[in-house]
Amino acid sequence: MSSLVLIVLLPFLGSCLAALLPANARNWEAWLAGSVTLGCAVLALLQYGAVAGGDVLRTTVSWLPQYGLNLIFRMDGFAWLFTLLVSVIGFLVVLYARYYMSPEDPVPRFFSFLLAFMGAMLGVVLSGNLIQLVLFWELTSLTSFMLIGYWHHRADARRGARMAFTVTATGGLALFAGMVILGQIVGSYDLDDVLVAGDLVRAHDGYLWVLGLVALGALTKSAQFPFHFWLPRAMAAPTPVSAFLHSATMVKAGVFLLIRFWPVLAGTEAWSLIIGGAGLATLVIGAFLAIFQHDLKGLLAYSTISHLGLITLLLGIGTPLAAVAAIFHTINHATFKASLFMAAGIIDHETGTRDLRQLGGLRHLMPITTTLAMVAAAAMAGVPLLNGFLSKEMFFAETIDVSGSMNWGLPLAATLAGLFSVTYSLRFIHEVFFGPPARDLPRVPHEPPYWMRFPIEALVLACLVVGVVPGLTIGPYLHLAVVSVLGGATPEYSLSVWHGFNLPLLMSVAALGGGVLLYLVLEKCLPVRSLDKVPLLHRFDGQREFERVLMAVTGFAGRVQHRLTSQRLQPQLMWLVLVTLIAGLLPSLRGVTDLRELPMALDPAFAMMWLIGGICAVAAAYQAKYHRLAALALVGGTGLVVCLTFAWFSAPDLALTQLAVEVVTTVLILLGLRWLPRRLEPKELGIQASLRDRVRRSRDFLIATLGGGGMALLAYLVLTRDQSESIADFFLEKALPEGGGTNVVNVILVDFRGFDTFGEIAVLGIVALTVYALLRRFRPAPESIHLSQQQDDPEGYTPSKDAEEGSLLVPGLFMRALMPVLMVVSIYLFMRGHNMPGGGFVAGLVMSVAIILQYMVGGTEWVEEKLPIRPHVWISSGLLLALLTGLGAWVFGYPFLTTHSPHPVLPLVGEVPLPSAFLFDLGVFSLVVGATVLVLIALGHQSVRSHRSSAKAGDTPDENRQRGAIRWS
Amino acid sequence: MELILALAIGVLSGAGIWLLLRPRTFQVIMGLSLISYAVNLFIFSMGRLTQNKAPVIIDGELLPLTEYADPLPQALVLTAIVIGFAMTALFLVLLLASRGLTGTDHVDGKEDGSA
Repeated sequence: MSSLVLIVLLPFLGSCLAALLPANARNWEAWLAGSVTLGCAVLALLQYGAVAGGDVLRTTVSWLPQYGLNLIFRMDGFAWLFTLLVSVIGFLVVLYARYYMSPEDPVPRFFSFLLAFMGAMLGVVLSGNLIQLVLFWELTSLTSFMLIGYWHHRADARRGARMAFTVTATGGLALFAGMVILGQIVGSYDLDDVLVAGDLVRAHDGYLWVLGLVALGALTKSAQFPFHFWLPRAMAAPTPVSAFLHSATMVKAGVFLLIRFWPVLAGTEAWSLIIGGAGLATLVIGAFLAIFQHDLKGLLAYSTISHLGLITLLLGIGTPLAAVAAIFHTINHATFKASLFMAAGIIDHETGTRDLRQLGGLRHLMPITTTLAMVAAAAMAGVPLLNGFLSKEMFFAETIDVSGSMNWGLPLAATLAGLFSVTYSLRFIHEVFFGPPARDLPRVPHEPPYWMRFPIEALVLACLVVGVVPGLTIGPYLHLAVVSVLGGATPEYSLSVWHGFNLPLLMSVAALGGGVLLYLVLEKCLPVRSLDKVPLLHRFDGQREFERVLMAVTGFAGRVQHRLTSQRLQPQLMWLVLVTLIAGLLPSLRGVTDLRELPMALDPAFAMMWLIGGICAVAAAYQAKYHRLAALALVGGTGLVVCLTFAWFSAPDLALTQLAVEVVTTVLILLGLRWLPRRLEPKELGIQASLRDRVRRSRDFLIATLGGGGMALLAYLVLTRDQSESIADFFLEKALPEGGGTNVVNVILVDFRGFDTFGEIAVLGIVALTVYALLRRFRPAPESIHLSQQQDDPEGYTPSKDAEEGSLLVPGLFMRALMPVLMVVSIYLFMRGHNMPGGGFVAGLVMSVAIILQYMVGGTEWVEEKLPIRPHVWISSGLLLALLTGLGAWVFGYPFLTTHSPHPVLPLVGEVPLPSAFLFDLGVFSLVVGATVLVLIALGHQSVRSHRSSAKAGDTPDENRQRGAIRWS
Repeated sequence: MELILALAIGVLSGAGIWLLLRPRTFQVIMGLSLISYAVNLFIFSMGRLTQNKAPVIIDGELLPLTEYADPLPQALVLTAIVIGFAMTALFLVLLLASRGLTGTDHVDGKEDGSA
């Protein structure tokens, strides 16, 4: 596997592994994460030789080559430098986190997310395809959301994480759109193709769209004004996360993107205006706001915003030299800001607070940390002989360069921002480490363990060495990165510390002096400690606007939802019907112009039959509200006509099944009717329907008429047309030779479409069990609890007694005699099913009718005394048998449910065709019996239950169990 | 014949739609039953209407294929009938449970106009 792929893959693998370790394995987690990050760094270092030679390393993993979508990993000098930066700082953060995280924290989650985040970041850096870049970009948003919200029991962490995610992921969507347009302009999503197409892109009409959308992505990610507000809230994350996210990664992804696409997008007026403008505003506002923060990490957060603004401004300036400074400052900022965050974390860890107003005088207790923090803060302030000074000097020089001699605005703003940064750096150092020792600290501070300090030492050393001998240390690597971005446009630049007395130096001195002065003045006249909010600019917070926009969007969505949706069933069904009506009518209207003659002569008997059927249906619709029993009978009448129609038009199987289902359904609903209280007609109550009701009924009547008319029209149009090519021929031809049955419908069900039938019986079983489960917790309506007249016989006549000796004696005997007959009919229907009309479904239904008849006449108790019925066994064995029959085909190396039709020769009977579909059908039969009986008895038992519970307090499930039946209560 | 069946399908769906839009659960169940009939007949009629041509091969001798009704819609409708039964059973029990829990047989679990 290519090392580029490995660099991206390794953190993700580590992430999965880290998630699996036990919660208290802090050391193991650290070892794992440490080796992964170090591994990435080493892998990156190994590529130096090739990259230094000016090569662009590429690895393509084919994904959808026909659409030009492949995973491309690409490493040039700039990507190399960034990879190294991310993995080395990642390593230091892991080391630091090992000591920072408390044993109570769930560390697997922490390290898992951290590694996943690092993988996503490396993915962004090494992507060679635009879409892929966006993918990893969104992954960084997602994983950073997890990291910021790591302590999810805290409201501020949740809120901060959500805000960061909302802002950066929205930007990511904009970036996606921008990248798609960019790819369309260039004609390729390959980064290498895009990077050489700068002239084409800038001249294209879509350039402004690309620029705007990419800028949205980059500026939100890099927390640039006016999207900067999420960053301070993200400080709710554990400090190692902040150190990683806000120095070398997350926010740097935005800057990385701008640098990456600098050759393509930069150099126009719009670019300078958007990118430069945002950068300048952020630089000054961020630095100003940083001065007035009381939270240590808040100060660093605004300082980060300001420094990112500096880099953005440099990129916005658009000259090659400014781009060099931007790349340089990106690295410098990562080193000193990571170390400062870690120092802040140590202070928080040791003292228990991050509030600048509480802290003070720590230099006596933590001398080493003090020294380190001072050096890092000095680098942040741009003190000479430190790395921050070098890039800031370059920045000052550039602002002078582009402004000319007349326009002093930009250099002045730059100096002002530099001045502010000196002030806040000073405040950070002075208020934490100097002054009177703090009292009432939550904890007594002392120096942290050595290895917790080590990452800071390493980073501060880097600041120092780069600041003193830049040419010898960072020089060649920076050059590598600069050349890979700027190519032929690489300018002459000097990294030396001393450039002689010149204007930039004067600006530095002014900033340093002015910054110190400002701090002293503030101390005297406007003690920052006592301020509750930032003077002048506290409105530039952005949070309130964010909340307002979010509220507005949520409110708007709510209103839209309220307008367009309904909790009520009737409007929903009405719209469903209307949409179906329109969808069905549109195509059929075309057919209306072409009405054809009827192919078949009219049969008066059939017309008569449907006259009855239609009257039944309409009458049922009319009666269903107040006369449920009548409606049920009428619907049953329609069902019988449907059944006859099937028989009429050569569908004996359907007719049989419809008949059996009709019987069972009617019994089922009859059992349910008992629990529906009587509904009185308005006439009886003396109420008149309101106008609203009448309007609604007229409307529904219209819809029903239209719907019915539409269906009739559609059916007529289809019926009068010749049937086009049908796959029916296939089934007819293959049924006997390959399915081993002459009843083609049955062969289709159990063989050709056996899988479908298998799913269907599974549904049937599930429904039966659901019905059973629902009824176990059934509480009838209060007014239907009392015993029915038949049950409440004063002479103690129960249905079972009735069947034994009462009025039902004769029918009871009759039904008992009928049971074996019905069973034989059922078995007969089943046996002939494969070859003649019949089959498992209808046989199962007939069998359950046989059983339910006994219940109807004999009563529940009587039947269950005599006849143990275990529907659940029927259901499970049926499903299992069908499944095993299907699986049996596997044993012989055929696909699931392949039928085999042997013809064994039995003694006396002779040759018998016995296809395996027969067994499958037996499964269907068994399941249908079980499911139907379970549903019916479950309903039937309700009367017994409520009778019992009203008669005696207790229940008698044990008796039921002894008899082998299911427990019903 | 086709005209009658088409009209029948229309009447059944019309009555079914009317009941589907009613507020009482029992009406909706009846409506679903009627619509099931209509839809089953409609699917069935996609194979066109034939008389005395049941798709059963008599004596193992395959007649010309035009002598058989289309078996596929029949198989589909057979499945639909059984599933329709399961659906009715489930809705009926839901109806009963809803009636017991909410004290009303309105489809929304509360009477119109009551908050």
